[in-house]
Amino acid sequence: MSAVYDLAVIGAGPAGVAGALSACLAGLDVVLVDAAARPGGQYFRHLPEGFGARRQGALHHGLDRFARQWEALGERATVLLGHRVWAVERAGTLVVRCLEGDREERPRTVAARTLLIATGAHDRPLPFPGWDLPGVLTAGGAQALLKGDLVVAGHEVVVAGTGPFLLPVAAGLAEAGADVLGVYEANSRFGLAGHPLLAASRVAEALGYGASLARRRVPYRGRHAVVEAHGEDRLTHVTVARLDAHWRPVATRTLECDTLAYGYGFVPQLELPVQLGCETRHGLDGAPVVAVDAGMRTSVPGVYAAGETTGVGGAALAEAEGRVAGRAVAADLGRRVPPLPALSRRVDRLSAFAGALLEAYPVRPGWQGWLRGDTLVCRCEEVPLSAVREALELGATDARSVKLLARPGMGWCQGRMCSHAVAWLAGEDPAPPRRPIAQPVRLGDLAAMTESPEEG
Amino acid sequence: MPDVVVIGAGAVGAACAYYAARAGLDVVVVDRGPVAGGTTGAGEGNVLVSDKAPGPELDLALLSDGLWRDLAEHDGFEFEPKGGLVVAETARDLEALTGLAAGQGVEHTAVAARELGEYEPHLARGLAGGVFYPRDAQVQPMLAAATLIRRGAERFGRGALMLRTGVAVTGFLRGGDRVTGVRTDHGDILAGAVANAAGVWGGQVAALAGVRVPILPRRGFVLVTEPIPEPVIRHKVYTAAYVANVASESEELETSAVVEATPSGPVLVGASRERVGFDRTTSVPVLERLARQAVALFPVLAGRRVIRAYCGFRPYCPDHLPVIGADPRAPGLHHACGHEGAGIGLAPATGHLLAQVLAGLTPDLDLRPFRPDRFKEERR
Repeated sequence: MSAVYDLAVIGAGPAGVAGALSACLAGLDVVLVDAAARPGGQYFRHLPEGFGARRQGALHHGLDRFARQWEALGERATVLLGHRVWAVERAGTLVVRCLEGDREERPRTVAARTLLIATGAHDRPLPFPGWDLPGVLTAGGAQALLKGDLVVAGHEVVVAGTGPFLLPVAAGLAEAGADVLGVYEANSRFGLAGHPLLAASRVAEALGYGASLARRRVPYRGRHAVVEAHGEDRLTHVTVARLDAHWRPVATRTLECDTLAYGYGFVPQLELPVQLGCETRHGLDGAPVVAVDAGMRTSVPGVYAAGETTGVGGAALAEAEGRVAGRAVAADLGRRVPPLPALSRRVDRLSAFAGALLEAYPVRPGWQGWLRGDTLVCRCEEVPLSAVREALELGATDARSVKLLARPGMGWCQGRMCSHAVAWLAGEDPAPPRRPIAQPVRLGDLAAMTESPEEG
Repeated sequence: MPDVVVIGAGAVGAACAYYAARAGLDVVVVDRGPVAGGTTGAGEGNVLVSDKAPGPELDLALLSDGLWRDLAEHDGFEFEPKGGLVVAETARDLEALTGLAAGQGVEHTAVAARELGEYEPHLARGLAGGVFYPRDAQVQPMLAAATLIRRGAERFGRGALMLRTGVAVTGFLRGGDRVTGVRTDHGDILAGAVANAAGVWGGQVAALAGVRVPILPRRGFVLVTEPIPEPVIRHKVYTAAYVANVASESEELETSAVVEATPSGPVLVGASRERVGFDRTTSVPVLERLARQAVALFPVLAGRRVIRAYCGFRPYCPDHLPVIGADPRAPGLHHACGHEGAGIGLAPATGHLLAQVLAGLTPDLDLRPFRPDRFKEERR
């Protein structure tokens, strides 16, 4: 007969692994599901077998700690890697619908009494002229290349965007041998330098990266952005602009390079909580996040969320939230869980800091002026800005209605890249994604699925 | 002061506004959301005559069919007169299907089992036969609604048709019994008449005026595949069970295969019907059933990926007929809502007829079957 776990955790990043482990230690029967072949999520993407551990340590702060948790979890929980979740639903128990494997994927269903959603976040690129040229990468994409296979993303690299995440990306690229020509931060450098939370480890870490870049004579400029990428078949140079406080270009110059790694923050992945009807709220940067209480409980009974889905805040906060969630699940299922006030204080402190970061590195509206009528806003469906403007003139008022009239977000990535930009172009904060199918699934597989969960 | 305020910028509201402006009236359309953001933006764009039993709804559909073709010709939006193929799985279904076709008096061709492949080469073997309806068509419904409002504004004079999005109606202005305009969250709008084209929310709007119009949501899901470059499916193809489901009284989940390609490449797979209120949470069993039925009809689809699914709420009335015309219980208030799954197809005829009423003309069709006060109080 079917096994029903006490807890299913989706996402093997810092939040999911810490949550699963905490729940295991409290005596729960736990299953952990992740799409990737290796654990770690975006933060701790493991290096391939055989690469030196010394370098791993250099690239990953906190990796040792994560590796210990992963090992401990492996002894106690069921771990299903390489499982892409395309839907979650409540059918008596909570049911997680997965596709197992890559090419020869097959459907698999997991059932549990409770669910912890720790699906993280992905990069938020903004469109600008030339962003679709080969050689232009998201900052997260460049870092994933580095962490995943130690490929140096390019020889002459420019890093641009906003937020402290640009610094470890630039430092990692420089350490791996790339010639990093500059880091262009659209907001002020070290926006938190005067902030009372300066003592928190994250800024120290950021300043540490800053020092590392300074040693290598990599310029780090505030109020600067890459506003255009040039090249015939691939990137050859970029236009760097000095910006005013609203991100309107004040002066420009060109810079030759073959790689641009850029990012304007992150988009929490909310497909699964939205499928279940979990309430969302607008985070401090306007991005929708799952609304949770102090125990990381969502508005839907039995469903918990931790990590970036509840607000982007980095690996340390994600791990702490995961632990809180795992313990809350155990307590709610009747296990004895001793209080741990230090953990709650840690979450409070880290989330206050994360909030301050989001406020210090917002996306300001001037970026819209970098675009031209023919600049693609949606790369999948090749929708230019002019088509988006036409849709707005026809009476669209939000990303969804622009999509219905002009097709941005209708393609393969389903708006993961462009939906925030389209919402801002429509003059509103981004809305939570409505995607009853979170991952592409073959009609034949969907047709052949059984209605009752198979053995877990 | 406008002559008419239309509540709702979906396909039906857009058509009401277009024809009212054409009739010389000044029109303001208000919608609490964007243009075409409700049920219009969650459908497939069906313009069907094939699924209507003889009677008032078929009359409406036939009037609409001609109007759609006229609008597409003059106002330029995506309209595909591709025809519909209804297929029967059993001899008994086929008999019912051909019986319906004979009674409709609509142009059609009976298709024998061995001829089905000429219409749809990838159709599954073993079907009993079908009926082809050349007049069935498809529009891109959001673009059609938005374009109607835009063209109306351009063609019938500056100021004749205005769209105000993000304006929510919160109540009605009254002069004695008479409805003299709407209260909104952006101020009052006085008008000669008000048209309730709020679709599945039409009952809630009517309640603001103190009248009952029993419109409830009937949820449907649609699956969308990855783009398929080669033309795998040529027509709108659906099973005889669809006709039965459309007319069904059941609250339970009903599904039947409706499969068609779109000009941009993806194939759309419907159709499900269930009464679950305005619940948007994903129902995997519904998606599975839709997939199963589509693959049974077109085995070639089994290897294609679904990249998207969406759900919407059809506005249904207990007798499956829309509500069109003046409301005698609240003079000045008119309704044009409750079209269930046929709102896109029936929009032009609805708008045309309501514009005739608003302009004081005799409508081309008898509106008595659609009158707003036809429902018995508290049906159950």
